[in-house]
Amino acid sequence: MMSGGVDSSVAAALLTEQGHDVTGVTLKLWGGESDSGCCSVSDVEDARRVAAQLGIPHYVFNFGADFDEHVVAPYVSAYAAGTTPNPCVECNRTMKWGRAFARARQLGFDRVATGHHARIVTTPSGPALARGADPAKDQSYVLYMLGRDELAGTLLPVGEMTKDEVRARAAGLGLRTAAKRESMDVCFITRGGREAFLGARIERRPGRVVDGSGAVVGSHDGVDAFTIGQRRGVHVAVGERRYVTDISVADATVTVGTRDELMRGEVELRDLVLTHEPPRELQAQCRAHGEPVGARLDGSTVHFSRPQPRIAPGQVVALYDGDICCGGGIAAV
Amino acid sequence: MRPEAVAAMLPFLSDHPANPSGSHGASRVAKTALEEARERVAARVGADPHEIVFTAGGSEGDNLAVKGAARAARDRDPRLDGVVTTGIEHKAVLAACARLAHEGHRVEVVPATVAGTVDLDALADALDERTAVVSVMTVNNETGVRQPLTAVAEIVRARAPHAVLHTDAVQAPQWLDLRGAVACAGLVALSGHKFGGPKGVGVLVVRAGVPVVPLVEGGGHERDLRAGTQNVAGIVALAAALDATDRMRDEERERIGALRDELAAGLAACVPGFSPNGDPAVQVEGILHAHVAGVEAEALLVALDRAGVYAASGSACSSGAIDPSHVLVAMGMDPERALSSVRFSLGWASSAADVEAAVRVVPEVVRGLRGD
Repeated sequence: MMSGGVDSSVAAALLTEQGHDVTGVTLKLWGGESDSGCCSVSDVEDARRVAAQLGIPHYVFNFGADFDEHVVAPYVSAYAAGTTPNPCVECNRTMKWGRAFARARQLGFDRVATGHHARIVTTPSGPALARGADPAKDQSYVLYMLGRDELAGTLLPVGEMTKDEVRARAAGLGLRTAAKRESMDVCFITRGGREAFLGARIERRPGRVVDGSGAVVGSHDGVDAFTIGQRRGVHVAVGERRYVTDISVADATVTVGTRDELMRGEVELRDLVLTHEPPRELQAQCRAHGEPVGARLDGSTVHFSRPQPRIAPGQVVALYDGDICCGGGIAAV
Repeated sequence: MRPEAVAAMLPFLSDHPANPSGSHGASRVAKTALEEARERVAARVGADPHEIVFTAGGSEGDNLAVKGAARAARDRDPRLDGVVTTGIEHKAVLAACARLAHEGHRVEVVPATVAGTVDLDALADALDERTAVVSVMTVNNETGVRQPLTAVAEIVRARAPHAVLHTDAVQAPQWLDLRGAVACAGLVALSGHKFGGPKGVGVLVVRAGVPVVPLVEGGGHERDLRAGTQNVAGIVALAAALDATDRMRDEERERIGALRDELAAGLAACVPGFSPNGDPAVQVEGILHAHVAGVEAEALLVALDRAGVYAASGSACSSGAIDPSHVLVAMGMDPERALSSVRFSLGWASSAADVEAAVRVVPEVVRGLRGD
């Protein structure tokens, strides 16, 4: 799958070099405005040109309707419900390793490949997802949900390389995307920002900002602007730094507190996926590029070895056995 | 491109590249060629040479006609602000109408019947004495269905006395004698590459007495209707292509029709769940548009491409992805059927070998996609 970025360009180049019969596919997911550099018309053109350079066929799959249904709509409802979704994870789950993976199988392809910085390793119990060679760029977190069948049907060619090596390779191959800026934001959020996007889709209810004791300390225009753990944008007339510790949609109330009030000893997960047997002592990673934390898994509850700031409901917690990603789940409400 | 068109074009790329608007000898050669091409095109389409405006293609012709005529009418009389078209038109027409709506014209888009023809009753209802432009295509590019243009013209004359009828006839020259087929229209758009001519050049017939505000203004070319130094090489090629198409039409219709029927019969026999769309009685010979049950058109097109068969569906958008067809939607087709329908086009360059290959390949590809 070629997004038009340098990673997937190099992935395609490597596989072609290795003698595989490669076909480049770009997914058209979002038809609206996009400044992020993912899946815009110019990105498709970049992907097409790289494919032409490599001498491989290129197609565009239009999954716009499914993307709206499975990624965008749930994103909006999640914020409206006071939770914090991860749309890129949902896109991987439902679009890339959902629709596109199925379409590839249907068309008779043996494998699907992407430019994700992660690796698929062989273990005695089958294929497993592992961190990429470049710890600063590791993307195993957003692939936590891949099951055995998907792992067996996937290749991640750039996972053994650092980002610098990838760019150098791209430049060496003369790929036009070698120096292309990375896409950082959610592909369907323009520079206007999340607030503007949600504002157009959610009816906002202003409400109160309260502290741990219930005392009113401020007001807000809508709970969707807040994420648990957030520090920025909490306009409260108090001395100390305040964090969002809770969000209640029912009464449009945002609770703020000190960092201490934010700490939790565990997190309850829903939709837990385990592809690799987790060890008793494992590591939990709660953000795409966050530091993993020692933890234990008990049923669907992750107990941290040291208290952690509360994880916003809706966020992914990926579970690791060293470099191997065992799976993960979503922080429950 | 037709070989006659390529041959006609070459001298104007190297030997006679001069600007036809100049006053010296070299220009005169180009100018003569340009005006001869104009006369030949006029003869083939049933118009006078001064009614021929050369454009950069069908999209430009549609825009010039629809916007130009609507703006001219409203300039003359502000009450003449009505624009009526059909939901099956090419996007160039629909986009031009959308722009006019944005500028304050009253635009109405009329649906089509399940047979693929414009709904004449709905059309009649949409017209009144304030209608300035009515746009109905001659042959639909997706379904190949011929529109009842003569009936449309009668309805327009009766219900919208001040309106001019525009027709996008881009798909027509291979199948219809334009002298008869579009005589009733005041504005007719054509595109070179649809009849074996080059891409990037077309014709808009602007009949005498039809006021049009130009889109591209400046040098006064094309009777002030379309400024810009003419693409003489392209125009000469277009004229040659139109000559050849007109001359060979009857013979090609028969040959291509037979190929299409063979393809349709072969696929109907070998592909379970294969059913044609549109009324065959009014479809041109070169298009087979069909529903393949349970198979997404997009997946089918990719699989066919990998097997060397080129088919199409919906309309190619600028990213290269396929958008669901607005034409099929306007015909009232249910969305699921629309997303599983594909179009096979045959033309003057199609051969029996192409059809044989398709009849062999398509059933196999469909079986593979269905996982049989």
